[in-house]
Amino acid sequence: MAKSIEVRDLNIYYGAFRAVEGVTMSIRPAQVTALIGPSGCGKSTFLRSINRMHEVIPGAYVEGSLTLNGNDLYAPGTDPVSVRRQVGMVFQRPNPFPTMSIYDNVVAGYKLNSRKASKTVTDELVERSLRGANLWNEVKDRLDKPGAGLSGGQQQRLCIARAIAVQPDVLLMDEPCSALDPISTLAIEDLINELKTEYTIVIVTHNMQQAARVSDYTGFFNIEGTGKPGKLVEMDETKTIFSQPREKATEDYVSGRFG
Amino acid sequence: MSISTEPQASPPGASTRGRPSRQVGDRVFAGFATGAGILILLMLAGVAAFLLAEGFPAIVAPAEDVPGGQGFVAFAWPLLFGTLLAATIALVVATPFAVGVALFISHFAPRRLASGLGYLMDLLAAIPSLVYGLWGVTVLAPATVPSARWLADNLGFIPLFAGPASTTGRTMLVAGLVLAVMILPIISAVSREVFLQTPRLHEEAALALGATRWEMIRMAVLPFGRSGIISGAMLGLGRALGETIAVALILSGLGIITFNLISGQNSLTIAANIALDFPESSGLAINALIASGLVLFLVTFLVNAFARYIINRRSEFSGAN
Repeated sequence: MAKSIEVRDLNIYYGAFRAVEGVTMSIRPAQVTALIGPSGCGKSTFLRSINRMHEVIPGAYVEGSLTLNGNDLYAPGTDPVSVRRQVGMVFQRPNPFPTMSIYDNVVAGYKLNSRKASKTVTDELVERSLRGANLWNEVKDRLDKPGAGLSGGQQQRLCIARAIAVQPDVLLMDEPCSALDPISTLAIEDLINELKTEYTIVIVTHNMQQAARVSDYTGFFNIEGTGKPGKLVEMDETKTIFSQPREKATEDYVSGRFG
Repeated sequence: MSISTEPQASPPGASTRGRPSRQVGDRVFAGFATGAGILILLMLAGVAAFLLAEGFPAIVAPAEDVPGGQGFVAFAWPLLFGTLLAATIALVVATPFAVGVALFISHFAPRRLASGLGYLMDLLAAIPSLVYGLWGVTVLAPATVPSARWLADNLGFIPLFAGPASTTGRTMLVAGLVLAVMILPIISAVSREVFLQTPRLHEEAALALGATRWEMIRMAVLPFGRSGIISGAMLGLGRALGETIAVALILSGLGIITFNLISGQNSLTIAANIALDFPESSGLAINALIASGLVLFLVTFLVNAFARYIINRRSEFSGAN
């Protein structure tokens, strides 16, 4: 299930603009990797390049290589659609489909692959996914109600349930807690800890305490100035990054001296 | 915390304190908006009152005095039938095309082509209906004659194509098709605007699950745009129901009821009938025409109410929250 990601000299472009430059990193399987850094440093762009979601912006492309267990995600002829079925994503703001019930939200991705799934199969999938997202007990009596009627934190867990229902190898999270209150944030962080046994998780966060709490490895991105590309400054075990980083910029950032 | 947010009891003589003071601009605008709202209601009531007052004599008149000599229902029913039939053809033909065009403009076409095409569609909506009518009668009608004949020969067992096929092409089918072309830009414009409003978040949610572009449209765009499609279709239907001159040019009604779409014998629509007969009518015949106008008014009203009902039925899931 959980797979490793190898990134070699990755440059990400939006048209002529180079947004991210020269990223090389190894993301280990069944671990949580946090990406931190100031706004605009390219960490979200890099995260989105892992499931090719940055390509929704016309003119986006990459140079370098990005492999999932050795398979090049950008090999010629690789359909971004198939990449996204292996690499799931949870967004900054909870985005359950407003026109669908809780139940339909969970099976939405699954139904893309197997359209004629029997009710017993999907019932079981919905329960397993919602249990996996720590949401089952809260919603089991109202699965036919709209997903948009849940609280923000519940909606975000619903989105996680939807993402893991397709059983991806990797789960990307783009600031998943930035729109949530502290209690809901705690619930998501606990969930991340449980999920990492089965999935490789990459999380972008602005909250350094969160990075310190949930992640095993941390990568620090920085940018030299506006209009310049973002770079990976250093990456190491989370406790190293937060206690004795090699780079001065990292130390300044994690100790709150800038950013 | 001991700070109370309860409003303190106001001392006597200061009862206006704490009431939000309304600015002049605010009051003027509120008055204007309220006035405009009331004016709409008054106009609607005025139209309804006129139609009722002028149409009533025909509705209660003895059967032999009404044009046709068989009472108002026999007079109005074929017209109502023709109206509904033509509008239904138009809607059935136009809606899928309009949604397709709207989707192409909003989600498939390159940006530059999309804006040009959108502009063109809007322009299409502004063409006078007389032009559509002339086009229908001089170009479309003759062009349909061979295919109508083919339909009558090969699919004649379907009542819609029973034939005999009209030799001039001035049929209910052509009237419906011309109406379809007329309402296409309206439905398309409204749908396109709603499709463009689909939250990016929901489109990305679908894409991130591994949806293809079409699957993303089915999961995120179409459900979100459903109310827009219905609104657009109802606007189009309204125009199709009330369209006068284009239909009057194409059809020569006989006051009969038939589902046969390709024969030269067909029913007329209410609006076209009024336009054709009004100049030569007098007395109770005028009342009868106005009463048929009342019927059209009521039908339009019902259609809109029904559309509202459909839109509201699943408002919980509409995404408006």
